[in-house]
Amino acid sequence: MFKIKPKTTQIIAYSVLLALTFITIAVLVFIILFIFKNGIRELSWSFLTQPTKEMGKEGGILPSIVGTLLVTLFSIIIATPIGVGSAIYLTEYTKGGAIRRIISFGADCLAGMPSIIFGLFGFIFFVIMLKMGWSILSGGLTLAIMILPTIIRTSEEAIKSVPNAYREISYSLGGGKLDTIIKIVLPTALPGILTGVILGIGRAISETAAVIFTAGSSLNMPTSLFSSTRTLAVHFYILAREGISMPKAYGTATVLIIIILLINFIAYRLMHKFISKYY
Amino acid sequence: MKDKIAKWTLLVIAFSAVLALLLITFFIFQQGVPLMFKAGLKNFFSTQWSPTHGKFGISSMIVGSLMVTFGALLIGVPLGLSCAIFLTEFSSKTVQKNLKPVIELLAGIPSVVYGFIGIIVLVPFIREHIGGPGFSVLASSIILGIMILPTIVSISYDSLLVVPGTYRAGSLALGATKWQTVTMVLIPAARSGIITSIILGMGRAIGETMAVIMIAGNALKIPHSILDPVRTITSTIALELSYSVGDHRMALFACGTILFIIIIILNIIATKLTRRT
Repeated sequence: MFKIKPKTTQIIAYSVLLALTFITIAVLVFIILFIFKNGIRELSWSFLTQPTKEMGKEGGILPSIVGTLLVTLFSIIIATPIGVGSAIYLTEYTKGGAIRRIISFGADCLAGMPSIIFGLFGFIFFVIMLKMGWSILSGGLTLAIMILPTIIRTSEEAIKSVPNAYREISYSLGGGKLDTIIKIVLPTALPGILTGVILGIGRAISETAAVIFTAGSSLNMPTSLFSSTRTLAVHFYILAREGISMPKAYGTATVLIIIILLINFIAYRLMHKFISKYY
Repeated sequence: MKDKIAKWTLLVIAFSAVLALLLITFFIFQQGVPLMFKAGLKNFFSTQWSPTHGKFGISSMIVGSLMVTFGALLIGVPLGLSCAIFLTEFSSKTVQKNLKPVIELLAGIPSVVYGFIGIIVLVPFIREHIGGPGFSVLASSIILGIMILPTIVSISYDSLLVVPGTYRAGSLALGATKWQTVTMVLIPAARSGIITSIILGMGRAIGETMAVIMIAGNALKIPHSILDPVRTITSTIALELSYSVGDHRMALFACGTILFIIIIILNIIATKLTRRT
């Protein structure tokens, strides 16, 4: 029977893998360039600093930029201390065991939970039960729960990779456990922890399903934490889906993509610096 | 003393993730489960969805969700595995270092942007060159397949990377080619990690909402071909939540309950698989 030589199979397999990897990269590049090509000419100072007019047909995206900033900032302020605290407990105070397994399972389940579930939960719990209404508060709290696992996981990895010798030296100099964590472990792990926080910011900014039902979609400038607001991703979704204005939709998408690229770049550089120092 | 207080405070903080999960579980079930019994399971699992007239059948949406998820896996798994294998086994350290963050960038792109690309590029292409209305199972599967790539690539990549170097060396020393080593040694050795990546990718595909709403067409019937429009569990929730009241809203939470159960089962399988290695 005809049999292909292993060497030939090797060449075919290599080519196929190369081609498929190339396709994946090409898709990413295509998405980014396609948005930029159609959206970059919409960008102007006034687009970024003008209020939105006629549901988004005219004017700029200032309210959505402010809304995104506030909701994201609020969620990060809540999620960072909780996430880093959890990570400290998991790495410094447990050695495996049931508690650790339960907490890890909880974090993993939250990480795998679809955003629409967070939307449903935030809607019934924060918006209706706690009477916070559609607001920056409800949206921020919902997003905080959503990005919590990202911050826990990344901080955990960062704290784990702090060499044990650092801790031992601190103990041998008479440092207590808490002092060692605050003065030695956390500063050393800081770039890694920051990476987690920045990735969390990225997730919060690009989220739609969880914020549209908790922060609402008001186009007014927020005046307090109880104001409803519309984030950039939600604004883009409404512009595109309701066909309000394609040019403005492209413009908003370009702003979103630029922010995401920046965030990923910063996170990558930080992580890299951190890794090259300790591995 | 100070250390004791710190330890207990941190323990309480560490349980917030679990507490959040419990709260979510409680409220989704509390809002959703009563309706399943009120309507009756026969009604709930029928194909008639007309919640303002007391018909709460979600079967066609479940079928819709399963179809697009299966389609997404057909596209995402071969692409994702190929990338992971190419990066770990066939490329230099520099290529690896530069390409992995690029692929992970796919995870950072907002799902609404994927949906938008779907509407502008993919849907018209399918309508003109393949047939049907364009808004379809096919369009959704392709976009979801791309969206689950980062999950599949990074988890499979990590599990291939931790296969001991001696396995590779041993296989190559016996005269196997690199590709034979991949198929006969590395993939079996990294099997549980690879399956985990597929299961978590499946979870992402089933749970994705905004991108699917934009390109699936959202028609309320079981599709007969991959060119027919389709509606998923997630899109029903997102499309109807803002104006629903009473039983209708509770029916959407019942959809959420079903989705929640599916996701938890997938996560339990993934956790079990990862722990075994």
